[in-house]
Amino acid sequence: MSTSSAFNDEKGGSSSAGEPEYGHDPASGGIFSSDYKRHDDLKEMLDSNKDSLKLEAMKRIVAMIARGKNASDLFPAVVKNVACKNIEVKKLVYVYLVRYAEEQQDLALLSISTFQRGLKDPNQLIRASALRVLSSIRVTIIVPIMMLAIKEAASDMSPYVRKTAAHAIPKLYSLDPEQKDQLIEVIEKLLADKTTLVAGSVVMAFEEVCPERIDLIHKNYRKLCNLLIDVEEWGQVVIINMLTRYARTQFLNPNINESLLEEGGEKAFYGSDDDDDDDDDDDDEEKKAEAAALAKRKPYVMDPDHRLLLRNTKPLLQSRNAAVVMAVAQLYFHLAPKAEVGVIAKALVRLMRSHSEVQYVVLQNVATMTIKRRGMFEPYLKSFYIRSTDPTQIKILKLEVLTNLANETNISTILREFQTYIKSMDKDFVAATIQAIGRCATNIGEVRDTCLNGLVQLLSNRDELVVAESVVVIKKLLQMQPEQHSDIIKHMAKLTDNIQVPMARASILWLIGEYCEHVPKIAPDVLRKMAKTFTNEEDIVKLQIINLAAKLYLTNSKQTKLLTQYVLNLAKYDQNYDIRDRARFIRQLIVPTDKSGALSKYAKKLFLALKPAPVLESPFKDRDHFQLGSLSHLLNAKAGGYQELPDWPESAPDPSVRNVEVKDSVPEWTKCTSRKERKEKKVEKPFYSDSEGESGPTESADSESDSGSGSQSGSEESGSGSESEESEEESESEEEEEEEEDEEEERAKKKKKVDKSKPKKPESAESDQSSGEEQKRIRKGGKDRRSGTESESEDESESESSESESESEEESESDTDIKKKKKTAASKPPPKQTKKESKKETKEMSLLDLDDFEPTPSPQVTPVNSFLSNSLVTDLEGLSLTDTVLAPTTIAPSSSVRLYELLHRITGEGLAVEYCFSRQPFSPDPHMVAVQIQFTNNTTSEAKSLHIEEPKLQSGMRIKEFPEIEVLPAGESVNVVMGIDFCDSTQAANFQLCTHIRKFFVSIQPPVGELMTPAFLTENEFKKEQGQLMGMNEISEKLTLGEKCQSEHVIVERVTSTANLSRVPCGSDKESRFAGKTVSSGSLVLVTVTRKDGAGALLTVNCEKMVIGTMLVKDILQALTQ
Amino acid sequence: MIHSLFLVNATGDIFLEKHWKSVVSRSVCDYFFEAQERATEPENIPPVIPTPHHYLISVLRHRIYFVAVIQSEVPPLFVIEFLHRVVDTFQDYFGVCTEAAIKDNVVVVYELLEEMLDNGFPLATESNILKELIKPPTILRTVVNTITGSTNVGEQLPTGQLSVVPWRRTGVKYTNNEAYFDVVEEIDAIIDKSGSTITAEIQGVIDACVKLTGMPDLTLSFMNPRLLDDVSFHPCVRFKRWEAERILSFIPPDGNFRLLSYHVSSQNLVAIPVYVKHNITFREGSSQGRFDLTLGPKQTMGKAVESVLVSSQLPRGVLNTSLNPSQGTYTFDPVTKLLSWDVGKINPQKLPSLKGTMSLQAGASKPDENPTINIQFKIQQLAISGLKVNRLDMYGEKYKPFKGIKYMTKAGKFQVRT
Repeated sequence: MSTSSAFNDEKGGSSSAGEPEYGHDPASGGIFSSDYKRHDDLKEMLDSNKDSLKLEAMKRIVAMIARGKNASDLFPAVVKNVACKNIEVKKLVYVYLVRYAEEQQDLALLSISTFQRGLKDPNQLIRASALRVLSSIRVTIIVPIMMLAIKEAASDMSPYVRKTAAHAIPKLYSLDPEQKDQLIEVIEKLLADKTTLVAGSVVMAFEEVCPERIDLIHKNYRKLCNLLIDVEEWGQVVIINMLTRYARTQFLNPNINESLLEEGGEKAFYGSDDDDDDDDDDDDEEKKAEAAALAKRKPYVMDPDHRLLLRNTKPLLQSRNAAVVMAVAQLYFHLAPKAEVGVIAKALVRLMRSHSEVQYVVLQNVATMTIKRRGMFEPYLKSFYIRSTDPTQIKILKLEVLTNLANETNISTILREFQTYIKSMDKDFVAATIQAIGRCATNIGEVRDTCLNGLVQLLSNRDELVVAESVVVIKKLLQMQPEQHSDIIKHMAKLTDNIQVPMARASILWLIGEYCEHVPKIAPDVLRKMAKTFTNEEDIVKLQIINLAAKLYLTNSKQTKLLTQYVLNLAKYDQNYDIRDRARFIRQLIVPTDKSGALSKYAKKLFLALKPAPVLESPFKDRDHFQLGSLSHLLNAKAGGYQELPDWPESAPDPSVRNVEVKDSVPEWTKCTSRKERKEKKVEKPFYSDSEGESGPTESADSESDSGSGSQSGSEESGSGSESEESEEESESEEEEEEEEDEEEERAKKKKKVDKSKPKKPESAESDQSSGEEQKRIRKGGKDRRSGTESESEDESESESSESESESEEESESDTDIKKKKKTAASKPPPKQTKKESKKETKEMSLLDLDDFEPTPSPQVTPVNSFLSNSLVTDLEGLSLTDTVLAPTTIAPSSSVRLYELLHRITGEGLAVEYCFSRQPFSPDPHMVAVQIQFTNNTTSEAKSLHIEEPKLQSGMRIKEFPEIEVLPAGESVNVVMGIDFCDSTQAANFQLCTHIRKFFVSIQPPVGELMTPAFLTENEFKKEQGQLMGMNEISEKLTLGEKCQSEHVIVERVTSTANLSRVPCGSDKESRFAGKTVSSGSLVLVTVTRKDGAGALLTVNCEKMVIGTMLVKDILQALTQ
Repeated sequence: MIHSLFLVNATGDIFLEKHWKSVVSRSVCDYFFEAQERATEPENIPPVIPTPHHYLISVLRHRIYFVAVIQSEVPPLFVIEFLHRVVDTFQDYFGVCTEAAIKDNVVVVYELLEEMLDNGFPLATESNILKELIKPPTILRTVVNTITGSTNVGEQLPTGQLSVVPWRRTGVKYTNNEAYFDVVEEIDAIIDKSGSTITAEIQGVIDACVKLTGMPDLTLSFMNPRLLDDVSFHPCVRFKRWEAERILSFIPPDGNFRLLSYHVSSQNLVAIPVYVKHNITFREGSSQGRFDLTLGPKQTMGKAVESVLVSSQLPRGVLNTSLNPSQGTYTFDPVTKLLSWDVGKINPQKLPSLKGTMSLQAGASKPDENPTINIQFKIQQLAISGLKVNRLDMYGEKYKPFKGIKYMTKAGKFQVRT
């Protein structure tokens, strides 16, 4: 039989009789048989053609998984259905696959190709879901496939797919941490994504994979801040938490001047309650002095980016999601100036209405906050009152908060509340209340006696727990002033008969022992009673009996000698070795024998030394070194993966790292302007309110003025002339302010000299005079200004009050401008423009000290038109539209060379550095753009060895440094020229500017027009070249010429000032042509402006480099349309 | 983030588990059970329990513990809020969120959980999106599904996730276009023994049921928006507009949603609509206690106080009660010592009262604690703060919708100490 069946098998034909035999495999039979059979029918269903059967089977399998039953042996049958048409079957198969793939790696590979196909699907949702499942399959072998898929998806057209890619990153990372470097690249790419859909997910990936790479955030910081409000709520939480950490590393502590002071203040406040704190007060004073010194040294100016973060997160306090509210609250707690933290209190109190778990977490955080900033929650005291229906853990936390909030003014109400709580049925809560009373009593001296009396009354309570807890608390309170309370001690001694709670008994015994002098009669009697029950006591009580015996032996040996020996003998044979050890030790110490050493002489000192009173403090003290709202904070222990909240840096890192390209910065500043802020501003700085109509104040100016005005007072104290001047400038934070001052000064003088009539009247005289002064100042350089400023500012304020500042300014400006241009042909940008711009900029761009400069010769002679100055005001109004920070897209028509600030003299500690693009060929390397740099030393000491270090450049960019300037004497200026090869891009060149003592991070960002040199072509050549640069290389734009810009003359003038191009002769007078070459690669740039009827015109730019072309079109367009 | 989720019922059985990352053994829940044993009351289990390798974060809703397993640092509120959102979703889908409902719909539950989290990070929590992905089970659909073999899973791919208004699905169509708003205010108060108010505040919500075709853009304005002190919005509300004009401007989600919750500034005095006269005494030495309670209306602006329910946790020493209500019914559970009295409507002419005696343990000393009395009530057509909706306008669609607004005042956590 066996041979025949074997024979049959070999033949391959399985007889129908043979099959059941193979089916009854011993492994599958036996005890598992029923299980096996059940799965068998599932397999059958899965193999069937009907979708409904498949679905039914899959549902049963999923139900098994949900109950935690093992369904792994169905893997082969299930995985076959991965390509099933029915969506629900497919989904359930995915569920199964993700659950069991790790256990059945080989079989799981079968399904991979399906997903790979899905990744190529034209439907974005299918692509996304394929990626999602693929990345969820935890099989190491497919790591390269996943990596590839993620990389591809990261540059997908659809933001939804990109979001899925971001989700996949941490999955891959947990599967194979070695992919970290590649994943960081993907994260970096996705961080730059501009859609709200992706932002939350990618930051989450960032936090899981590379939270330490904070440098990746710089470029995206502002974007994240601005997107925040539109990101989905879970993403908001992650982003806010991450930005909190980021801000801690990048900005200065906004409370730096107050924090020390305030802490000192708080301490002194406690000190007045607590006599014990006296010795601390000296320290406080030291601290205060230190803080004051600090305040003087460094006026605090809030970084506009810091302000941006605070402003953009604030609306989220209104979120319905408790996690978001908490995230914002912790951000404000950790980052905001003290005065602004208060806003979060209301929102947190609102969360108290939510589910009890939410309350639990919020109360934990509130408890920590109340220790640092009590005032914030004081108005909401009643919201923390306890209801009998609260769960115990909530009650105890509320109690904690109430205790933290208690002070002299509200203690009576709080104690009245506590009185109700003591009657509660919840005994754990009552015990906690008693402890809270104890803490209030220690913190607030006035109520100590009241509390003590109340607690003594509780000693007669029927509940033992209550009594015991009271005893423990009374013990702590009595330690503070035992003399006055011997009757309480007597009362407590009586309690030993009744109280059974060990901790309470131990406390009473300790008290009697410690203050046995106050109760000389009772103490030995208590010991007698205790000796009787010694063997039945708990260990802590036994230890205290030994202590009591020893202390009594030392003070009253006559009465207690025998008792003590009896107790010690009992202890000697105790089961607990601690007690045996203690007994032996004490016997040697107190009973003098011939063997006992020198110590026994000091026994009394040892046992009856004065013990310091215990400090009852909140368990939440100092918990804020954990980031609030975090798991670690809640547990008061570091959880895995917790990222420490870094301390504030001593000095802020270079803020320019957050600067992004022009395009990005535009919406950013306009977007965040809100009406509310404007109003605030008006209130805070009346200085501007006069001119508000024409120059809409913007955010950064606002924030600067806040801080500036604060800092002003600080630095004025310091007294030295130059410093106060600086602070003044800073508080105004506008360079033209200086100019205004000058003009105001002139005007003020004039007023004094001439008469009080309106300045318009004697126009010629006025302008003569002013220009004369101007010249003088130019000759003298910056020196004389310093002496003048003090009086200037005074004059200024006078004149201001007499009449609207802005008006007068404009008038005098236009007058002087004409003259200035004529006489100096100087390259002075019109003040209006700079004013507008600087308001939108950070202070690094402000304070262009034009008067400190010698006029730089311009390569092109600027035509002088008398009508120009008239149009100036209107022109410049238009300019305020350009929000560009480092690359101004427009250039004032009258000037050809613009000055940019590289280092402000406040940040530079007296060294001011400015630069301009001189438009001259850079002789050492023709591929570089020449940048003229002017150093001005405003300090009183000389600066040495000025040079450049560590350029951080985009790939391909090069810098030709200027020769080191060895000495720059005080008050002098020097000009040097350096070359930068920008590689035809408007990326900034970052480098360090070093003196012999300091290093400064600076960056130079060129406007696109400066990246070219003029090329001289004939008309024919021009046409030929233009013909070759058609199609993609040609960009045309229709425009309407600005009012003042319709003559050919002006057009030429404006184009050449925008870009460094040369005019190409042209037959038609309707057309103007210009040509240039990019500096680095020498690509031709051709510009044509064709005027049509009326104000219409056509601008055409032909350039091989499309980016340059586009940007140039934009710039020229702007110049021409104004 | 969230590694796994276990659902535990009141008796301590794990009846559902779901893993988003690698599988965590269910033995991790032993730490939870330990805490459960230690806690005297079910709600006293700490929401966060640390274990050697994981952290357990749990919420208790409808007598089901939702226990999430966490492996590393994550804001605890993040997880708690998410778990509550899960419960809300279940409730939305199945009407109730009980163990039986979850067990019956285990596949839908599983599909939902799968969509809500990806690798432990929330993916789609907006109910509108979820309903597009997975259709909620209805009796009709269940019948149809069994006959035709079709499924609960949406046939079309959801587009809501991709749109700029993720809370609203596209292509909504109704024959009757209607928008209803309920202004519901709750009074939280603690009244002390003598009847004076210790603390009282008003919290309100505006719940909406909007069934409008297309993409309507609504604005809702108040007569007295200054009353609102602290507000939190549904994400659809345009915050800037509120800041500037105190107008709610939004594209509503489809169906039911909570538009706004608010807190009325505490400067305003809160009108307390009911008063309680109580006399609950225990005499020393006697095994009897007196119980006397009378309710009455006060500051109700002429509206009737309805659905009044009084409950009180009596001291442990009370064995039983024999009370006589002038109206309604009362129950006393001798095990939990919970007294509850369903009063119904308060008639100002004939004040409802509950009088009688409590029997105490013989020989035991008198309980020294006094019970607190919790009161629930409703007042229709009244917002106790005086908040009034001015008007509702619709832009962006041509048709004229039917609009309705309803006011109601309820007791929140309303407690009287005795």
